[in-house]
Amino acid sequence: MNRTASQKRTIWKLFTIVCTVFATIFVWGSDQPGVRVEPADSVGPRALEKQTETAVIRDYLQAWRSLSGALEQNREDLLSADFVGTAKEKLANTVREQAKLGMQTRYRDGAHDIQIVFYSPEGLSIQLVDTVEYDVQILDHEKIQATQHVRARYVAVLTPTEVQWKVRVFQAEPE
Amino acid sequence: MKSRLTLLLSGLIWVASAQFAVTQTDDLRLPRSVEAGVAFSIQTTGSGNAILYIVGPGQVLRRDVQLGGAISFAPGDLHNAGHYLVTVAGASAIENGAFDVTAAHQPTTLSFIAKPSRLPVDSRDGISGVAFVFDAFQNLVLQPLQVSFQLSGVAGTPQERTVLTHNGVAWTKMDSASKEGAAQFEARAGSIADTRVIQQVPGDPCSLRMSARPSGQRLALETEPVRDCRGNAVPDGTIVTFTETYSGGEATVDVPLKRGVARTEMPAYNGATISVATGVVLGNEIHWGKE
Repeated sequence: MNRTASQKRTIWKLFTIVCTVFATIFVWGSDQPGVRVEPADSVGPRALEKQTETAVIRDYLQAWRSLSGALEQNREDLLSADFVGTAKEKLANTVREQAKLGMQTRYRDGAHDIQIVFYSPEGLSIQLVDTVEYDVQILDHEKIQATQHVRARYVAVLTPTEVQWKVRVFQAEPE
Repeated sequence: MKSRLTLLLSGLIWVASAQFAVTQTDDLRLPRSVEAGVAFSIQTTGSGNAILYIVGPGQVLRRDVQLGGAISFAPGDLHNAGHYLVTVAGASAIENGAFDVTAAHQPTTLSFIAKPSRLPVDSRDGISGVAFVFDAFQNLVLQPLQVSFQLSGVAGTPQERTVLTHNGVAWTKMDSASKEGAAQFEARAGSIADTRVIQQVPGDPCSLRMSARPSGQRLALETEPVRDCRGNAVPDGTIVTFTETYSGGEATVDVPLKRGVARTEMPAYNGATISVATGVVLGNEIHWGKE
């Protein structure tokens, strides 16, 4: 059976629409990024227990989820659970600025390659570097303006609170 | 594996989106990196009106711009270090790019944590200092910088260490002095410095010695001045325990040090043995009278 060029174009468009829908569901709907943790051989003056390492990584990844929710919904209250100090203030400012401009940003972290690089002698701060791959969608008055894939190296400093580690410094640097 | 699949699917979204959306290009001429708080510009191509977005977790900017020229940003417009995405959305095309904002080279703030605030004299590596270096915009200065640590006390020459920051942090360990007193612990990066006070207190008593003399029907007991192994007087209030054992009984008295010595009275049982202790240090024994 011979299809006309018009039919082929329609089929191709339908195919791309279906692919787009499924891919969007997969990429933007997936909650669990791939996580690789480099061995923490030497983290400075204090030995790092496995339990501490696990807790720090867990809380850091949770902070990414909070960041994503806060910047997508323009809700700075979502930051309080996982950020503290300078990092919280800066992210909260971004949320306020976005809300003022009618913007939202969607961050979806796809892969983390984390290494703990410093654990302070008194146990009051822990520093990690994370080569993270993520997608960012920029929305202006709820209209998607752009989607970009990013690979960046983040430096984070976490400090312990009553029940968890919170991110105090959160900063990307050139790779 | 999953990240590759995600990347592949992201690419697929990109291709599929292009079927229905305006063309996305990478024609922006962006600086590779900009120092926080410094003026910079972005060169655009094309013509007409557009909206410029600069987006990062630390800051977001949105501007109406005219394409085809340079878009200038004043000092302080972008002051939070990080990775920023740039999108210029025009009527017919969307241009994307990215650049980094790095911390200013000049450190402005030190976050200095010194622990503990109080410790015994003569503790090897007993004092730790950690310094995080920030610029004027509270960005962690990630390029290596020299941080000098100095611990100066009531006696002796100051201890000094110079350490290069790694990922914005420098740390050191110092010994406490042999003499009690307050020590100044300073961290310095360039022209900025921060100081903490560390109280160095006497260590555990080194030896304990008492004497006894009759006082009517009782014994007057008194220790010699209690000192640590470096000769520092152990603080008043430290508890000294006198124990008297005699035929069929035992009596114990806890006495705080006053002006460096502990004094008490106990019954003068014939044949009694009196011992003295403080903390983990056991003093001499006195046998009183005859069995």
